[in-house]
Amino acid sequence: MDFLTIIQVLDSTIRLSTPLLLACLAGLFSERAGIFDIGLEGKMLAAAFFSAAIAAVTGSVWLGLLAGTVASLVLSGLHGLASITFRGNQLISGVAINFLAAGMTVLVAQDWFQQGGRTPSLIGGGRFSPLTLPFAEALRDVPLLGPIYYELISGHSILVYVAFLCVPATWWVLYRTRFGLRLRAVGENPAAVDTAGVSVVGMRYAAVAICGLLCGIAGAYLATALQAGFVKDMTAGRGYIALAALIFAKWRPWQSMGACLLFGLLQAVALRYQNIQLGDFVIPVQVMDALPYILTVVILAGFVGKAIPPRAGGEPYVKER
Amino acid sequence: MDVMPKWAEVILVPLISLVLAAILSAVVILGIGEDPIAAVEIMVNGALGSTYGWGYTLYYATNFIFTGLAVAVAFHARMFNIGGEGQGMLGGLGVALVCLYVPWPHWTIALVAACAGAALFGAAWAAIPAYLQAKRGSHIVITTIMFNFIAAAVLNYVLVNLMRPAGSMDPATERFPAAVHLPTLHELLLPLGINFSKSAPANVTLLVAVLACVAVWALIWRTRLGFGLRAYGHSETGALYAGISPVRIIMISMLISGGLAGLMAVNSTMGEAERLVLNATEGAGFIGIAVALMGRSHPFGVFLAAILFGFLYQGGAELALWTKIPRELIVVIQALVILFTGALDNMVRMPLERLFLRMRKG
Repeated sequence: MDFLTIIQVLDSTIRLSTPLLLACLAGLFSERAGIFDIGLEGKMLAAAFFSAAIAAVTGSVWLGLLAGTVASLVLSGLHGLASITFRGNQLISGVAINFLAAGMTVLVAQDWFQQGGRTPSLIGGGRFSPLTLPFAEALRDVPLLGPIYYELISGHSILVYVAFLCVPATWWVLYRTRFGLRLRAVGENPAAVDTAGVSVVGMRYAAVAICGLLCGIAGAYLATALQAGFVKDMTAGRGYIALAALIFAKWRPWQSMGACLLFGLLQAVALRYQNIQLGDFVIPVQVMDALPYILTVVILAGFVGKAIPPRAGGEPYVKER
Repeated sequence: MDVMPKWAEVILVPLISLVLAAILSAVVILGIGEDPIAAVEIMVNGALGSTYGWGYTLYYATNFIFTGLAVAVAFHARMFNIGGEGQGMLGGLGVALVCLYVPWPHWTIALVAACAGAALFGAAWAAIPAYLQAKRGSHIVITTIMFNFIAAAVLNYVLVNLMRPAGSMDPATERFPAAVHLPTLHELLLPLGINFSKSAPANVTLLVAVLACVAVWALIWRTRLGFGLRAYGHSETGALYAGISPVRIIMISMLISGGLAGLMAVNSTMGEAERLVLNATEGAGFIGIAVALMGRSHPFGVFLAAILFGFLYQGGAELALWTKIPRELIVVIQALVILFTGALDNMVRMPLERLFLRMRKG
């Protein structure tokens, strides 16, 4: 494997990690506030469809991003309504949202575009185009560092940079602001937050809304930057991989980035090489596909340090029992 | 505290949830420019209007009875088994191994063996998440979701690399021998003078599913184990105090659940396809969640809900055939049913409880 191939695989790692990272941070906000969210997949899918559909109709990718985010926020609101206001089962609500998105996107896509549940291919302003960072062209021929800067760091769409900037932002919000302290507290001990005079319901709705926003960007990235248009079930389990990454990272922002890059690398390698030859031994492509999930189970089993979720996660808060 | 009479709890709440889901589905159909009443007519005619339609409805219902019971048994112990899909896939592998590599003299013996194989493989696939939940506290929902994906990869590998007949491009096993062909309802009912449709896939496994309903009912409400299961589901500390071992309950409830989910493969793989194909479960594992929620985790409720979903599945296929409404409409309906009977249960229940309280007082 030569240097350029490595750069290319890493480049595709960054592209494939981006939706995982956004969804993972989305889940982080929600779960840190005590709302389990297995509906990341559904929210991403809905956002992917609506961003592609609106971008295709209007020709503006920014309107598409807006529409995708709104769609994702609506589903977040539904999740909040079910799990915060009506104290329903958060897991069941998440399952329902995933199916709702899987069905509705195809139904609406068929009704609007009649192309078998897909949107027309996006062209021109309907897509996020790659950004060339300053000096990338000039430094291109510098040995070693040139290609790294030009291929790997420069030349992604703006959402990629947004996603990676979200990591320090999330860290800062969670650990350096009053809002973040309250958010974490609401996921660990909501009764204490309530006693302090802060609205548990309000905090949880805020967290769920941030989750919807980030899932919306993740979905829009899938349909308008990574690919050019929406196809049926295009999230392909990414919401669950993001969930896996979140557990892998033990609900912490920087570690989330590490986990998402790792899972992105696995996807990039599986995409480039079908079966990997190690001497006489062949690793089949299915192993690469299943590896994120296997790793998560191993982590969950506590063989590599224990993953302890936020203490009040999954439980509706009832005032004055 | 029981605010509502039992009939309201068992019949009224699910019925209202169902009506709400139906109304929203109708709105969705209107939204894409079709006529909901005409759509219902097509669905009823297509799914219930002929023995052919009934044959498909009952075939799908058989799958959903198994997966619904699987989720229901786990629900009683307050376990949420989302892994029915993966357990069903592995069950299919069990069925294929039993049918392909043992020369069975007669389908009756093969059916018993295939049931054993399917249940064994399904239970084995549920065993690891169950063990991790019981011993290490890993959340069963996350692990069973992960095991669905791992199951898909395992099945993909086995079908592409190991069990695919030489020279075939299709990732599927070869056809099962004729001796293990399960009689369809057509063959079963002909001696009784009923001419059931020949091409419908409903088969003898339907009877196995009904038996499974009775067995689950007896297990949950008529045995010591079932009592332990329900006790654990209501209160972990209470069960512990009564000398019921949580580890034992978690393991047994999940093994039974996985076994039941695996059994669906007898219907889909042995009864219909007669070979193991990729994605043999077709989402039935997930529909089990909706079925169990709607059936209030009671075997009879699961039976009724499974037939309803069988009707929706077959009706949805007919809709896709005759109108512009794609098959995904049933996924939407399924989501709405899960939403209203599961997550938004309190939205229906709270006003009803208030109503009954007021009626009792005055």
